Amino acid sequence: MDQVLPALGLLLQPAVLVALLVGSVGGVVIGAIPGVGPAVAIAILLPTTFIFDPLVGLSLLLGIYGSSMYGGAIPAILMNTPGTAVNALTTYDGYPMTRRGQAQRALGLAYSASFFGAMVSIVSLVVLMPVLTKVAPMFGSREIFLAALFGVILVILSHRGQVFAAGMMACFGILLNTVGMEPINYTQRFTFGQSWLSSGVNLVVVVLGLFALSQAFLLLSGSDDHVEPQKVRGSVFSAMREVWQHKRIAGVSSAFGVGVGIIPGVGEFVSQFLAYSYAQRTSKTPEQFGDGSPEGLIASESANNSVPAAALIPLLALGVPGEALTAMMLAVFYVHNVVPGPQLLAERMDFVIALYIALLVLNIFALAFLLMSTRLLVRVISIPNRIIGVLVLMFSFVGVYSLRNSITDCLIATAFGLFGAILKRLNVPIVPIILGMVLGGIMEAKFRSAMARIQSPMDFFDRPISAVLVLAIIGILVMSLRSAWKKHAESAE
Amino acid sequence: MPSNATGFLKFFRRERRRGDFVFATAMLLFSLFLLVSFPFQTTPAEGTVWSAQPTLWPAVGVFGMVVFAAFNLLGSVLSPRIPGRLAELRVWLGFVEYAAWFLAFVLLVPQLGYLPSSILIAVGLFWRSGYRSPRMLLLAALSGILIVLLFKVGLRVNVPGGAIYELLPPAWRNFFIVYL
Repeated sequence: MDQVLPALGLLLQPAVLVALLVGSVGGVVIGAIPGVGPAVAIAILLPTTFIFDPLVGLSLLLGIYGSSMYGGAIPAILMNTPGTAVNALTTYDGYPMTRRGQAQRALGLAYSASFFGAMVSIVSLVVLMPVLTKVAPMFGSREIFLAALFGVILVILSHRGQVFAAGMMACFGILLNTVGMEPINYTQRFTFGQSWLSSGVNLVVVVLGLFALSQAFLLLSGSDDHVEPQKVRGSVFSAMREVWQHKRIAGVSSAFGVGVGIIPGVGEFVSQFLAYSYAQRTSKTPEQFGDGSPEGLIASESANNSVPAAALIPLLALGVPGEALTAMMLAVFYVHNVVPGPQLLAERMDFVIALYIALLVLNIFALAFLLMSTRLLVRVISIPNRIIGVLVLMFSFVGVYSLRNSITDCLIATAFGLFGAILKRLNVPIVPIILGMVLGGIMEAKFRSAMARIQSPMDFFDRPISAVLVLAIIGILVMSLRSAWKKHAESAE
Repeated sequence: MPSNATGFLKFFRRERRRGDFVFATAMLLFSLFLLVSFPFQTTPAEGTVWSAQPTLWPAVGVFGMVVFAAFNLLGSVLSPRIPGRLAELRVWLGFVEYAAWFLAFVLLVPQLGYLPSSILIAVGLFWRSGYRSPRMLLLAALSGILIVLLFKVGLRVNVPGGAIYELLPPAWRNFFIVYL
């Protein structure tokens, strides 16, 4: 409680509140437009936030991250097209409800389930906070190295069917992070004699290329054909009360979101699938799943919306981002010399609490905005893809050029944009590149300092948390190999 | 080939898209190029333990890339193919045109300034995308103006004024450089 008042003081600054409002409203709109998504928006806005105070910048980005999934449910329900990738499961039950003339009910359920999930995750974090402040200082260099390694392994393994491609991309990210002048021995690494590579490859430039420019190229070279959204009749608000009748599904799904969100590298997809299959398994009407089941819709939306708050835990407590969006946010911390990790929890708890209260406020803003403007948003989602492509390309320019006014940055971003567009066409995961870059840097620094402190290799694992992390890494590798082999054996039969 | 070996190879099968083989081959070749370049692109530090060598993490990246790229290519070769490789390559080449539009935008801004370049590129891209009615072109110009106002006036992002602004009268020049 001692920290809550200073946190409120930080949060009640007009600039922070404006950033929260703009972020949450912007996030809903961005989420509602298929083909944009929070990653594109955050990539574009990232350089702009560097000029702000860290809490203002992070509030803006958190607003987009936390509220985009609310907006993403609208096209998923009305057009059978998910606004963001994590709304894909929402189409299974949301669109059939719309076809039955229950669009307003589906939207009400999606909004209320999303809000429910977000609230559960924020409350869980507040409850977990005292534990977190005690555990985080137990993480030294070797534990943080192992947590980052665990994150890389999980990111690779979470791309089922694309594990080798994901591994290749993660290693590419690790290599990209090493390009340029090495900071301790001052030797050049993979610069090919090019002076512009001496300062390394900028993460923000890569992010802008891979996420924003690639999307602009895809949208511009695609076609504009899309389904007209269905009309929404009646009050969305009245349908929101129904979520309370399914509070068990909403509660368990949110818990899946929180649990999965905390683990680095896993994210919304896994939490959604766990929640959805749990809901189907325990439902009295499992046959309705995929054909307009309110329980399915609630499971999917409450699980995905409970992830953003939880995903901040490894970032704030250890400085280890769990997925691409928090990896991008890490850049905001670094630019302002605020280093997330055990020290931040020990010294700037007011800042951490302010971020969580910001999450609470942005969810209220997002819900209020949705209730007032759903019909307006239905018009926004009808904007043709190629016009969105033009806008994304123009916004991307601001992001890349305003960073350092460098034409070289623009050329690098263009190259990554082309690469990213090909990766997206091939369904090759992009996120491992970003996490490889970020976690690769963390692993290199922490591995060096950890090895400098130990006498024998066994010293690396002789502390409780490092031992648990090593066991977790071995366990997840063995389990994944076993499950892949089992699946292969079953398909061979 | 013995049946056990065939069964093992099937383990690498996965879903394949058009152009997958081209991409997998290109990535393996790129990884091998990086591997061959490794001794020339990194310098070990004398008297430094292996864990603190500046070559360690590039090695992790490059060796990891080679191993995963090799398995990825193996998976591609062993997986059912979807025809249409050439058509897919044409789609990839199509992206280059829009990359050129972006680079044209980048090169125009220091010459014409942010506002005129934005209007020009927005109108040009709307035209290219088939939105050629006066209403749509006006909308494009308005989008360009709004983006500039949002970022340069509203958020004060760092985009320098164009060389053409130097031709303006002094009172106008300053205004254009700061706000447009």
